[in-house]
Amino acid sequence: MFYWACILLSIVAAVFLASGIGSFKISYRTVAELWLSPFHPAWASDIEDRVRYIVIHVRLARICLALTVGGALALAGAVYQGVLLNPLADPFTLGVSTGAAFGASLAILTGMGWIFIPGMSPLPLAAFAGALAALSLVYLLGRLDGRIHTTTLVLAGIIVSTFLSALISLLKSLNEDSVSTIVFWIMGSLSGKSWAHALLVLPYLFVGGAVILYYARELDILSLGDVQAQHLGVDVARLRFRLLLAASLVTAAAVAVSGVIGFVGLVIPHLVRLTVGPHHRRLLPAVLFSGGLLVLVSDTLARSILPSGEELPVGVVTALLGGPFFCYLLLHRKKYLQL
Amino acid sequence: MIRVERLRCAYEGRDVLKEVSFEVERGEFIGVLGPNGAGKSTLLLALSGIVPVRSGKIEILGRPIDRMRPKERARGMAVVAQDADARFPFTCREVVRMGRYPHQGRWRIDSVEDETVVERVLRITDTEGLADRMITAVSGGERQRVVVARALAQQTPLLLLDEAVSSMDVHRRLQVFCLLERLNREEGLTILAVLHDVNLAAFFCRRMIFFKNGETAADGRAADVLTPEILERVYQTRVMVQEIGETGKRQVIFLP
Repeated sequence: MFYWACILLSIVAAVFLASGIGSFKISYRTVAELWLSPFHPAWASDIEDRVRYIVIHVRLARICLALTVGGALALAGAVYQGVLLNPLADPFTLGVSTGAAFGASLAILTGMGWIFIPGMSPLPLAAFAGALAALSLVYLLGRLDGRIHTTTLVLAGIIVSTFLSALISLLKSLNEDSVSTIVFWIMGSLSGKSWAHALLVLPYLFVGGAVILYYARELDILSLGDVQAQHLGVDVARLRFRLLLAASLVTAAAVAVSGVIGFVGLVIPHLVRLTVGPHHRRLLPAVLFSGGLLVLVSDTLARSILPSGEELPVGVVTALLGGPFFCYLLLHRKKYLQL
Repeated sequence: MIRVERLRCAYEGRDVLKEVSFEVERGEFIGVLGPNGAGKSTLLLALSGIVPVRSGKIEILGRPIDRMRPKERARGMAVVAQDADARFPFTCREVVRMGRYPHQGRWRIDSVEDETVVERVLRITDTEGLADRMITAVSGGERQRVVVARALAQQTPLLLLDEAVSSMDVHRRLQVFCLLERLNREEGLTILAVLHDVNLAAFFCRRMIFFKNGETAADGRAADVLTPEILERVYQTRVMVQEIGETGKRQVIFLP
């Protein structure tokens, strides 16, 4: 209970603080008045339309997208760790994120006309296809005499990821795109995103998240290993397939609008497991919220930390936070990784 | 309870079981023995539907195994597997509680009945002291006791064990087997145990099946199959079989 109150309060506080930060100075008093205006319209009556637009359609939209993308990536990370029994697994280390970014870039390059479904943007679907292709490749490469090894899987993920990053750069260069779009796909950014982007990700997060939460109990049992889970009546092969599909779907939707933001899915599940324990019924919702919070904070730092007013890619901030954490995991591998 | 008919299984490209047939009646206590690589563990994996059947058939509780849903099978048969690894820091009580999974519906949280069963198996397996410790932090032998408790929490009519006591000390081994014998006698629990320890089997199992090279080498009452001839043929080692005075049980000594 305490944990939930903490995380929800922190999110509200972070959203409030983040919506007051930016190159255009807006006082927190004004932000607060805007927030409360639905209940007391008179307070907001003397606020300029321009300020209202910046807070609601620029900053809040971006904040909402940060929460969604972070939640999706962290949730996917928790599922990959649980299904593959691999503490180093996350959408980035498995190459799934880069695969999704590659799928989306390819779809943009080819004009996207070839997969048009009425009422849906083809971008997340193309990203999903890329994510699944990358995951299958990593899975095949990571197998050694029929077994999946923790380290080989991550090694395969990093190889596939590096190769696909290079391909993305090549595609973009051939298409005479600017360096900034390459950086967008490889390092991730939420710059210039609107409510439309947030609404694009949410349905996929909702569907994938529902599947993942539905199997929360099975994820607990899977932690005993394949054979024992099978003995307890879990259909392991089918369960693994469905969960990997769901996790890749939410990853792909997030990557399609934000590019590759690394380490969120790695760091958050470990930290949350330390506080709420390994039960997936509690872990998964907590991971969803904490992941959103981390990306929100990282994105706010990314757009405000440089004195010149330039923006950093948000992936730079998460990697700066995640890299040392990865080192910590390696140093304490006896305890966490059982290598 | 179990019917295996001309079962053939391949594992990693190698024929491990060739034409194995046997039947298990309700209330039996069977030891499955044999040298390494004889196909004992594969038999258990095939019985729990993990290793696919090449030909022949397996029936459990009168139903073909490939027609049973995994949860249904887990309500009829519990298995204590050889490798009990644990990745996430669940407490031992929570691991035992996972044994209730096959009885639980999707939206039902642990019921009062589940709690009663969990507390009961913790008590009878003498694992109450471990209940609140992390499964990742207990020793190999302790983990095996927790896994036995979890299998009993499944409340199945049939219990399969694969080297389930291999990491336990002598005292714990005997404790677990005395418990199993009591459950077998009082509650009619049917038990099939894969064992390396011939003498442990000789004390508790009323029937023994010896495997060699993927075939049954001998199958019968303990008193009939525990003979120097059969043991020497199965293990390729000289043996001495002795009756232990007042118990009427036999013990085996392997000679170099």
